[in-house]
Amino acid sequence: MVLELAKARPVWQIMFSTHHTDVGLLYLVFSLLAMFVGGAMAIALRLELFAPGTQIIADSMTYNRLFTAHGTTMIFLFLLPSASAVGNYLVPIMVRYKDMAYPKLNAIAFWMIPPAAVLVWLGMADFGWYANPPYSVISAPAPAAEMWIFGLKMLGISSILSSINFVVTIMKCKHPDLSLGKVPLLAWSFLSSSIIVLAAMPTFAAALLMLLTDRLGATGFFNPAVGGDPIAYSHLFWFTFHPEVYVLVIPAIGMMYEIIPRFSRRPIFSHSSGVAAFIILSLVAFASWAHHMFATGMSFTEKTVFMVGTLAAVPASAMHVFNFLATMWNGRIKFATPMMWAVGGIALFFAAGAGGVVNTAMPLDFITHDSYWVVGHFHLFVFGTIAFGTIGFVYYLFPYITGRMYNEKWGIVHFILAFVGACITFFTQHILGLFGMPRRIYDYPEIPEWVSMNALISVGAMIILVGMVIFLANLIYSSAKGKPANLEDPFGLGGKYYYPFSQRNPHHGDGGY
Amino acid sequence: MAHSNMLEWIYVAVVVALLVYVGAEAWNIERIIDHAPEDAEIIKVTAQQWFWSFEHEDGTKEIGELHLKKDHAYKFEISSKDVIHNFNIPEYVVLLDAVPGRINTVWFSPTEAGEFDIQCREYCGLIHYNMRAKLFVEGV
Repeated sequence: MVLELAKARPVWQIMFSTHHTDVGLLYLVFSLLAMFVGGAMAIALRLELFAPGTQIIADSMTYNRLFTAHGTTMIFLFLLPSASAVGNYLVPIMVRYKDMAYPKLNAIAFWMIPPAAVLVWLGMADFGWYANPPYSVISAPAPAAEMWIFGLKMLGISSILSSINFVVTIMKCKHPDLSLGKVPLLAWSFLSSSIIVLAAMPTFAAALLMLLTDRLGATGFFNPAVGGDPIAYSHLFWFTFHPEVYVLVIPAIGMMYEIIPRFSRRPIFSHSSGVAAFIILSLVAFASWAHHMFATGMSFTEKTVFMVGTLAAVPASAMHVFNFLATMWNGRIKFATPMMWAVGGIALFFAAGAGGVVNTAMPLDFITHDSYWVVGHFHLFVFGTIAFGTIGFVYYLFPYITGRMYNEKWGIVHFILAFVGACITFFTQHILGLFGMPRRIYDYPEIPEWVSMNALISVGAMIILVGMVIFLANLIYSSAKGKPANLEDPFGLGGKYYYPFSQRNPHHGDGGY
Repeated sequence: MAHSNMLEWIYVAVVVALLVYVGAEAWNIERIIDHAPEDAEIIKVTAQQWFWSFEHEDGTKEIGELHLKKDHAYKFEISSKDVIHNFNIPEYVVLLDAVPGRINTVWFSPTEAGEFDIQCREYCGLIHYNMRAKLFVEGV
């Protein structure tokens, strides 16, 4: 095993360990693997859309299966586990406890994910990541749909278990001298996102079961042919998955709260404003779910309520951005790789948020709904903000996990390629959406604007691909052959760090870390 | 940490003011366009995998094509026979889901003669990508 601290250990010892840094390592390796798998799927989709007509994917069914697997993989197998990886490494240290509150539960939560991934990847369902009925009930082929439903069921349970663990670790196991108000913002972000999961996830768990029994013909909750209502599913789904967006973005912001002050060599501008913004975000997360459904034929009043609920999330997000900028202001900033990713992520977070205001302003939503604008918009969040924060944090953790430094020059090249690629890809998708191109289409007519913009978007995706190949090479090469890191201060910043290796891992044996 | 929170309060106030403006403006416009004019002619739109059919008030039926007159208000009554589709004329910002078991309405009044695209904007399966129709607007 190359990803190893101090001295090599057999893989099985890490796999069957319940120590939080080992489970964190498992989460991290698995989520990065899923990122490359999901990324390869995205590249296949972009090659297909490079020009009108069939390019590399033979039929629309394969295309539909691929975009479903891409979305499911990136959200549930990359972003959620990668956040758990960071939380596992740092939350116990930040609250000064020896491990997570329930170490075995922690390992179980992780080990539910790979079988779920197998179900999703072998099944290859075709109904998009939100499995919209009645299509998913009457039209989607079996057994792919059932495998997806069972896979998601397991991922939901895993997510609930790990959230319980984070909440208990932070609330009950923190050091008695450490008041909740003083808990670092990264740990606060896990507290907020875990509470959101606990409040939101059961709704989707219920909806999934109803979907399954509908498919089996035992019930007709969402099937209008037997008196059900498909819109009810949309409500249940988005009641879970709009808050889920915050579940993904809040830990990424927490990671930026760790990186930005460290690399600006200044304390955070306002700890209390960060905490307040996390709490506000967790509350308003539940006030905006139906803004995904303006086009289902909602009444004017409903649309107004959810527009206001959505706009309410903006000031809290803006408070985070303000906090970051005010921290960097007059700081002695060192633009090492993690800092570049964090700052790039903040810039794209701002752009994504501005686009979100357009989506929720009722009349404008009818221009952007289900078009490539929406695709560009949420990719600015999931890739531009969340993946940027996460990848930056992977670079930040790298010396602590491996004891070696990654290659700084290639890290910066990776960032530049990903940032430029993201701007080309996702901003162009916004404009393409304004020209009316629907999302989730395998092929498109030869409308000149669509053709040229699709080609440009595919080129942007290839630029990101080059960056990601460099990332993979850097990870593998540096973990085996990189310069040994100065573990007391790997980035040469001065000041105190949270050291994942300072936790005594019983498997590490005597001596060393 | 020597800093004043004043700056942050001003910043939040500016953001909130901008949002209130956007929200009020959106509310005002949506309120106006939400109601179809009284004299709007009703067109029944039926979606099914994977084509569009239309029925005019006088009983004329069309499949894959829709012929309308310029400067005349039309109200679409949209429904679906199987799964959820989305009736969309991008040039005129006409967009609404076709939900089985429900009738959704949206109205518009074409201001230009010519040929326009009608497409499905909600994923509906195998041929979703090619579930298209043509709108012909004829000058009076």
